[in-house]
Amino acid sequence: MEKFISLTDTAVPLEIENIDTDQIIPARFLKATDKAGFGENLFRDWRFNKEGNPNPDFNLNNKKYAGSILVAGDNFGCGSSREHAAWALKAYGFKVIVSSYFADIFKGNSLNNGLLPLQVSPEFLEKLFIAINSDASEKIHIDLENQLIKITSTGESEKFDIDPYKKNCMLNGYDDIDFLVSRKEAIQKFEDTKLQF
Amino acid sequence: MKRTLFDKIWDAHVVETITAGPDILYIDKHLIHEVTSPQAFNELRERNIPILRPDKIVATADHNTPTENQHLPIKDLLSRNQLKQLSTNCEENNITLYGLGHPYNGIVHVMAPELGITQPGMTIVCGDSHTSTHGAFGTIAFGIGTSQVAQVFASQCLLVEKPKKLRVNVNGKLKNGVLPKDVILYLISKLGTNSGTGYFCEYAGNVFEEMSMEGRMTVCNMSIEMGARGGLIAPDETTFSYVEGREFAPKGVEFEKMKAYWKNLKTDEGAEFDKEYSFSAEDIEPMITYGTNPGMGIKLTEAIPLNQGNSDKKALEYMGFTEGESLIDKPINYIFIGSCTNSRIEDFRTAASYIKGKQKAANVNALIVPGSRQVAEQIKAEGLQSIFEEAGFSLRQPGCSACLAMNDDKIPAGEYCVSTSNRNFEGRQGQGSRTLLASPLTAAATAIAGKITNFTHNLN
Ligand code: SF4
Repeated sequence: MEKFISLTDTAVPLEIENIDTDQIIPARFLKATDKAGFGENLFRDWRFNKEGNPNPDFNLNNKKYAGSILVAGDNFGCGSSREHAAWALKAYGFKVIVSSYFADIFKGNSLNNGLLPLQVSPEFLEKLFIAINSDASEKIHIDLENQLIKITSTGESEKFDIDPYKKNCMLNGYDDIDFLVSRKEAIQKFEDTKLQF
Repeated sequence: MKRTLFDKIWDAHVVETITAGPDILYIDKHLIHEVTSPQAFNELRERNIPILRPDKIVATADHNTPTENQHLPIKDLLSRNQLKQLSTNCEENNITLYGLGHPYNGIVHVMAPELGITQPGMTIVCGDSHTSTHGAFGTIAFGIGTSQVAQVFASQCLLVEKPKKLRVNVNGKLKNGVLPKDVILYLISKLGTNSGTGYFCEYAGNVFEEMSMEGRMTVCNMSIEMGARGGLIAPDETTFSYVEGREFAPKGVEFEKMKAYWKNLKTDEGAEFDKEYSFSAEDIEPMITYGTNPGMGIKLTEAIPLNQGNSDKKALEYMGFTEGESLIDKPINYIFIGSCTNSRIEDFRTAASYIKGKQKAANVNALIVPGSRQVAEQIKAEGLQSIFEEAGFSLRQPGCSACLAMNDDKIPAGEYCVSTSNRNFEGRQGQGSRTLLASPLTAAATAIAGKITNFTHNLN
């Protein structure tokens, strides 16, 4: 996994609530057996019309907006547990998703893939939308070490929470498998002493 | 200290607690299927890590399978390849697979309980969010992503933070025609789609105590639709007698020993929950959803609420409905009775008892998809097949089918489908499809009437 320490970049706003993983990556694209190529189909049915042409009203197609930060409405990533959603966002080029709420499984999946789900207060989310909507070149600064997100033009900032274990993994670029495999003896001991089904 | 049912099962499975971090939770059963496992197998292969406990893994093929001509090679190349990969991966790693055509094949959350693989007190995970279904047996069961599938492969454990605890009580007497599906749709409509985020939900009260295991599974199945990681119900005599005698359930003395243990799996009097809600059974009526998330539900007889927010307006536009209107008499061309929410024998018995002697309306395509081969066999054995066929319903072979429309069972763009599945997201049942979630009874009545109808006065 790649390390994540800090980032300053422009953002793409997606002011829609309850964006579910079926929208992020529709089920018909889940037939692949590897992780490559999901970026092309990210938000497929919103990004493209029935004829397969880009939908000009969708912000990912709006030339004004670019960057590796996606700022989205409340309750992002609800629905199906498909990790393909995190792979698609990552493959498309996003490194951070900002929202005022993340569905549990999506949050875990993102962290496991080095994609930072950054939860802010509804008020700060509103400020972010206002800043980006009034100037698409607005830079957002994210500092994982100090758990801080900042709107650079106004200097407004907010602290965010992250599980300390997960933070450590992101900062150092290692994952749960490495850790669990290192605990093999404890797992063996558990199996030897506790009720087994 | 007084503990909840959830605490008791959780605590019994903690291998270690990381300081200021998650718990290492031991997993008793790992269920896998073709869609979310291939990348996990690849991951382990690439890192040269063996699968630690293949004997604790059970595989089935369900998401991406056809519901017709299952004996023939699958036409769609990508789907065929995905299923082939599952077979190869299972073979190489000594994992039991109940593939397409096997008598035990079926939707993962239908076949595991009916085979007795699911037992009270267990921790169960699967790369599918509706793993919460198994909580009906008093288990901690939850959906995981593919990275976590790889973690369980590598260590039979997961790193998870202990969720908070929520209890939802429903007491009283359910009205005629109100099914477990209506109960859970009602709860989600009241509580919203993220009321459960960060929580594990225990369902308590006489309504759940009196439910069959099938009904409890329907309820727990949709816990995730209110955002909860999972839901669970304390095991009782109904649970024990359901499990007893099933293929992989403990037998004889072993069963008695386990039963004695299972009996302790209930919340202590006075144990604390982080959040608690109570509802009266009398307030619940047959439910239907009108929007694009499962929380957008109303009683069949109610009108779509007024003054909705922007997201809800967008949903109504997608659905082609307007604020303040009633859904009664809306023409419907598709109904689907199936999915891991409502594809068990009891669901088909209920639907058949309404359909018997009637004919589906000419405009309706009525799709019936059993949850497993065993359910399909039972449908035949109980004579339900002829009831469905005589009424003009199309009975298919088991699988997830139109629940997520990965196979050919898709609802065409713009069409409405009254569906017993669990998600009404945009395009969930096919691009542009419009889903109305409801119970098997509501779906059956819609098929007969050709439109949404208040069927309760037709019930005896
Ligand atoms: S029936 Fe639907 S919800 Fe259930 S496991 Fe299959 S795809 Fe998932």
